[in-house]
Formats: sequence, C-alpha cells, structure tokens
Amino acid sequence: MKSIILMAGTRYLVGVLLVFSLYMLWRGHNEPGGGFIGGLIGATSFVLYAIAFGTEAARRALRVMPQTVAAVGLGIALVAGLAAALAGDDLFTGQWLFLGADPEIEGDKGLPLSTVLVFDIGVYLVVFGAILTLVFAMEEEI
Amino acid sequence: MAEAENQEQSGGTQTGLAHTLVAAALFLWFFGFLDRIADGEAVRLAWDWAPSLGISFSFVFDGLSLTFALLISGIGTLIHLYSSSYLGGHPQYRRFALYLTAFMVSMLGLVLADNLIALFVFWELTTITSYLLIGFGHETTNGRRSALQAMLVTGAGALAMLAGFILLGRAAGTFEISEILLRKDLVLAHDHFGAILILVLLGAFTKSAQVPFHFWLPNAMAAPTPVSAFLHSATMVKGGVYLMARLYPAFSASEVWVWTLTIFGAVTAVFASVMALRQTDLKQALAYTTLMALGTLTLYLGQSSEYAITAFATFLIVHSFYKAALFLVVGAIDHGTGTRDAEILGGLGRAMPFTALAAALAAASMAGLPPFLGFIGKELLYAGSIRVETSVIFVTGMVLVANALMFTVSAIVAFRPFWRPSRGRLPVVPHEAPWQMLAGPLFLAACGTAFGIFPGLVQHTIVDPIVGSLLGDPEKAKELHLWAGINVPFVLSLVTYAIGLALYIPHQSIRGALARLDAATPTMDDWWDALLAGFRRFARWLTAILQPGDLRTYLATTFMVVIFGFAGTMLVRGLGPLELAPTNLQWSDWFVFGLIVGSTGVVVATSSRITAVAALGVGGIGVALTFISFGAPDVAITQLLVETLVVVLVGVAMLRMPFLDELGSRDRRPADALIAVGVGVVVSLVVLAVLAQPIDLRLTEYFEKTSAKEAFGQNIVNVILVDFRALDTFGEISVVLIAGLASYALLRTTVKHGRDEE
Repeated sequence: MKSIILMAGTRYLVGVLLVFSLYMLWRGHNEPGGGFIGGLIGATSFVLYAIAFGTEAARRALRVMPQTVAAVGLGIALVAGLAAALAGDDLFTGQWLFLGADPEIEGDKGLPLSTVLVFDIGVYLVVFGAILTLVFAMEEEI
Repeated sequence: MAEAENQEQSGGTQTGLAHTLVAAALFLWFFGFLDRIADGEAVRLAWDWAPSLGISFSFVFDGLSLTFALLISGIGTLIHLYSSSYLGGHPQYRRFALYLTAFMVSMLGLVLADNLIALFVFWELTTITSYLLIGFGHETTNGRRSALQAMLVTGAGALAMLAGFILLGRAAGTFEISEILLRKDLVLAHDHFGAILILVLLGAFTKSAQVPFHFWLPNAMAAPTPVSAFLHSATMVKGGVYLMARLYPAFSASEVWVWTLTIFGAVTAVFASVMALRQTDLKQALAYTTLMALGTLTLYLGQSSEYAITAFATFLIVHSFYKAALFLVVGAIDHGTGTRDAEILGGLGRAMPFTALAAALAAASMAGLPPFLGFIGKELLYAGSIRVETSVIFVTGMVLVANALMFTVSAIVAFRPFWRPSRGRLPVVPHEAPWQMLAGPLFLAACGTAFGIFPGLVQHTIVDPIVGSLLGDPEKAKELHLWAGINVPFVLSLVTYAIGLALYIPHQSIRGALARLDAATPTMDDWWDALLAGFRRFARWLTAILQPGDLRTYLATTFMVVIFGFAGTMLVRGLGPLELAPTNLQWSDWFVFGLIVGSTGVVVATSSRITAVAALGVGGIGVALTFISFGAPDVAITQLLVETLVVVLVGVAMLRMPFLDELGSRDRRPADALIAVGVGVVVSLVVLAVLAQPIDLRLTEYFEKTSAKEAFGQNIVNVILVDFRALDTFGEISVVLIAGLASYALLRTTVKHGRDEE
C-alpha cells in the first residue's frame, strides 16, 4: 500500500519532526518538553517513514539498530549519573558548568552546561530506540 | 592437529602455574602473620562498605581465622598444582582453574571477615562457586542434579542464617563480630536469642552437612576429585564449623547450644562412619568419613573443657592434612587405573609406589596410629570426651564407635587397593601419577607425620592461638604429647584399634548387610527429590491459575481488583464528603467531554477493529486536551504522542486479526459492561472525594521554590524527571529499554516459528 502523497509529504515531515524533537529536548528544562517528549516525537518521525516507505527503508535510513540506540542511551544516562562521583556528590546529582558567566551580574548564567542535559539526551535515546525496536519488529511480523 | 593439542596442553600448564603461584603467594602472605598471631596479637583491616547500615569489609586475623586461611591457601596451592596435571588436558581447564581460584578467594573472605553481612556475602559466594565446581561435569544429569542440590540445601540454610545474623546484629547493636563477642551478655539475655541460635545453626549445619542435611555432600562427589579434596574435605564444608567456632565465645554459654551441637554432632559422626563402611566407591567412602569429621568437630564445639577445645583445634588440622591427601590419592588411583571400585582394585603397591606411600602415611594418621598427628588428635578427643558436662558415656561411646570405624575405613581405602593381590581386570594398566599429582598428597601426608613426631611445631603456632580465639586465653591449650603415659585415652585408643581390626576382617559381609538395609530404607535424598517434585507441581498449579494466557481474563482481573480495592476501602473507611459542584466549566470543556463520550460510544458500538482503534485514539486526544485546559502541557504532549503511537501499533497488529466476532463475544458483553461501569463509578467517586479535600501544596511549593534556584530550570516537571528524581527516571528508562527488547525478542521468535512452519 504505497501512497505517493504520503511518501512526498513524509520526506519533508521526517526532517521537520526530527529537528523539532531535538528542539523539544533542548528547551525541556525551562519550557514544556524534555527527553521523553523529544524521544517520542523523534520516534514518530521514523514510524511515519516506515509507514510511507516500508520498514526495511526505515531501518536503512536509521543506519543503526534501534536496540543499539536505546542501549547507548541507557549507558549515557548512567554515565551522566555516575559523573557526580567525580565531584564527590551522590549518584545522579546534577553537575553544572556556566561557561562565560559573569559573576558580577546577578542571574547571568552564560552558557549553562550540565550532566542533567546529558542525562536527558540518554532518556531521549532510550525512548526513541525502544519505541522503534517495538514498532519495527511489529510491522515486520505482519 | 597434534601440534594444536600440544599448544593447548602447554597453555593449560601455564594457566595452572599462574593460579598455583597466586595461591602460593597468598599462602606466604598469610604465613608472614603467623609469628604475630602466635604472640597473641590480632590484626584487623577494615574498609567501609555501607556505613549507614553498619556494614563494612572488615577482616580480622586471629588464631582461628589465620589457621583456616593457611589451610585454604596452602591446600589450594597443592590442589592447583594437582589439577594442572589431573585436568590439564580438559578443554575447559582454564575455566575450571578460574572457578577454583574464585572459590578460594571467597572462602578466604568467609573465614577472615569480621562483619556478619560481609561474612554472609562471602558465604554465598562460596555457595555459587561450589555450584559451578560441582557442576563442572554439567554434561551429566547427575552432575547437574548434585550441583543444584548442594546449592539449594546450603543456600536455604544460608537464608535462615542471614535472618539470624540480622537478629543478632540488632540484638548486639553492631554487625562487627569482634564487637558482638564482647557484648555476649547482651546477646544471651536478648528475647530473640533462641531464634538467633536456631537460624544461625541452620546455616552452619547445612553448610557443614550435619544430619539431617548431610545428603548433599556425598552427592557432591560428582565433582572432579581435586574439587572434592578442596571443597568437600578441607575448606567449604568446614565453613559451618568455622562459623560455630567463631561464635563459640558468645554462644557456648547457652544450654541449647551445648545439647544441640552434642547430639547433632555425635549422630552425624556415627551415622557417617557406618555409611562409610557401606561404600565400595573409594571416593564415596571418603565423603562419608568427611561427614564423620564434621560431626566430631561440631560435637567438640558443644563442649567447654580445655581438653575438648584443644582436641577440636588439633583434629581440625589433622583432618585437613590426611583427608585432602587421601582424596588426592584416590584421584591418582582413578587416574592411574580407571576405576575407584574397592572390590576391583588391588596390587597397586608395585605400580604406584609413591602414591602408596602417601596413602599409607595419610591413612595411618586417619586411623590414629602413633607416631602420626592423628594419634595425638585421637588421644585428645578421648581426653575431651571423658570430661564433657553433658553425658560422658554417650559422647565417649559415640566417639569410640566413630573412631573405630575410621580405622576400618582407612584400611579399606589406603591398604587394600595397594597391598592385597590384584583381583579382576583393571580398565587401564596401572601407572604412577606424574609429579604434580604426587607433590600434594606426599607433602600433606608428610606434614601429618612430621607434626606427629614433633608436635611442638604446631603447638604454639596453630593450636594455642585457636584455643585462644575460642576460650580467650592461649595458655589454656593442653600440651600435645605423643606419649602421655598409660591413661584412660590410651586404653581407649587400644580398644579402638581392636574394634577397628575386628570390623575390618568381615567388612565385606557387613557392607553387604548395610547395603541391603540402605536400599530398604527411604533416604533423605529421596525425600529431597519428592520435595522438589512437589514444589514443581505446586508452581505449575499456581501458574495455571495466575497465567491462563487469556488477555481478557488478565484485564478483567486487573479491573476487578481496582473495583473491589476501592469499593472495599470506601465501605470500611467511609467515603467522606464529595465535591459535586462543577467549577466554572467553559464551552471548550464541554466540547472535550462530548468528544470523549462520543468516541467511547463508537468504540463500544463498532464491529470494525480499525474503527474501534481510531475512536479510542480520539478519546485519548480528548484526555490530552483536558490536560491542556487544566495547565499540564508536558503531560498533554506526552499523552498525545503516546496515543498516536498506540494507534499505529495497535492498527498494525489489528491488520492480522479477523473482524470482531459478535456471536462469540456476546456472552461476555454483559459482564464486561458491568466491570466497565463499576470501574467508572468507583474511580469517579474517588476523584470527587479527592477534590473535596483541601489540596496539600507543600511539595508543589517546594519544587516551585527550589527548581530554578538549585536545579536551574523553570519547567518543574522536567526538572523533577531529570534532576530531583533522576534515579527514578533511570529506573523507568531501564524498564522502557527492557520492554522494547523483550517485545522484540517475542516478536522475532514468532516470526521464525512462522517461517519454520511454512
């Protein structure tokens, strides 16, 4: 069941959805979004691609096995949690680095970098990978 | 091909050498402590593990623990050397050597640990490693069964022991064993002392194979012979004895302790020595004599006289020397002739002279003949038995019977195979074992001889410190003599030899009678099998009820639990006021409400699966809209996306299914409707009741205040997810990953299966 309209639309939508998913992940700390939501949107883009072009094409487009993505994500989340040990803090304590922040100015955070974001990236990848693992396997079984 | 085999062989030798050196280095390290310990010092090393729970990796070197550590690492060295030849050609020899070293290290941890919880962890590590070692021959049903049995019996005991340890730790207020021993009055007077004693002894008795938990030990002889020599004579099975000795200073004041150990120890010793006589397999016979030794050691730990404790210390090392040596000798016989059957073996003295020498020296020590250390050990056993507080006649009688039978068995194991004329055809032309396999037994047997002639060598270094650990003062140890004059123990020794010899002469007919008796009586082994079979039947019965495999039943059960759980609570606790006045609803809320109700109506009414799934998705979107209008955008977005994906997934799955079968499901519809209405009613009631309560905003306020300041984020939901409760999130994403992988595995299996059928 191939639909030209769906295929044509998907080509553009996939990219937009993926970028949007990253945007949701990025802004999650201060506005609605985050790793879970971002991962879901990212997965949706590939689900759409699989519906339009077939699972095999979607797998090829993804290049790596979705299970691997999920496992790597879990690893990243764990590393982000363990990183707290370097600072002598308890497991999963957020570590922050405010690049270029001016201590004179109250509330200036410069470019905030944190293990919290790394952790959220891990969450994103796990959700993304696990859902695609399930969806691809299911579509292939039919 | 031959070259490859050679390489394999030399690789095995190198592995063996490396493991032997590791064990030897450990032995030398422990040996370095000997002087300090003999001078009455105790060395303590400690690292924190979970200080908030009072759990630490603390180790103590005193007379008792150092003796065990020396025996474990010393015999471990010899065993590694022996196995490098005995199993060197085995394709999985490297794995074996690794298991053996892992076991040795666990065992060392067990005897050196000064913290109850650390001790328990090492205790279980020895259980697991011994499971791997006994099951090394896992190709055979018997090997697997024996390994599992040993693990289950000792593991069950260990769980009881853990409960005992926790009670003990709470009673004393610390998990450090050295502290507990100082606070023994507190422990002895505690309400839970009876429970502590029984639970801890359950652990010790299962590990040290006391009757009625003895049956796993003879079965564990399925292991390769070096394993039996190491685990089942010198080390692991003595773990229970070690624990009892460790706790002796605190517990021995209890009447229950004295009687329990005396009775179980004595019964085990006599039962085992009778069973040893019944065996024709040399290794099985030795297994039962090990049981006898464990029973004897337990029996003497139940006593309090200085003679009894000196006897315990001496017999402990005597037994380790001769029993490990004899096991290795039997391994060499097996290796050299291809059989261990006492009925066939004979005339090996000429073909295997060095093995015969080691056997003779070790067996003489086991039989308690002078001038071997075994003689001194036996004299002390009698000296202890005539001074017991419980019942002199009972203890002395039991010890006499057991020792006499040891005399008989040692002749059967170490004399007959070598010196009686050969009978029957051996599977292999007998040949002497290589030096690696002779070094261990000869050295151990020589130790038993040398320490017998010069007991001073072990008096101050080993025996006195052990007695010091148990009785608090090394001065209390009695002196080890070869000749102490004509006294009661000496007379009892002579009686022992006489009975032993009298039993040796007709031992074959006695064995026949015992075998018939054995076959006619049900054994613990059979009961164990029946117990396991019963457990499996129970599990199958329970699974059939809980897991019928019907999705509808699962869902109905889940929802009925919801209904009865809520309804029951409401009936018992009362419902409280309900919030019935709707608060300023807008037209958009009514629209969402209509959307949800309408789509639900479609789901129920339609006969097309695809329509039902799509309508369900619409309902879900309605729920998401509700979240938006009440200010939870994160939840709404998630809900929306999940709904989308669920529609896709279920839609894909539905493609394969037939149309809804109205005829088939008509019967269930009324019941389903009842459940649905029930869930709706109770959940609505709960929600209305909750709304009537003032909302507790403390948590919300806390997060509103702190999330920007401490976690630098404005979105509270996400900050909670990735920072405040990151560990929870980590658990959740692990579950997500596992669920993805599991469904993948399940679906893949089905695909393959389908293709196979095609």
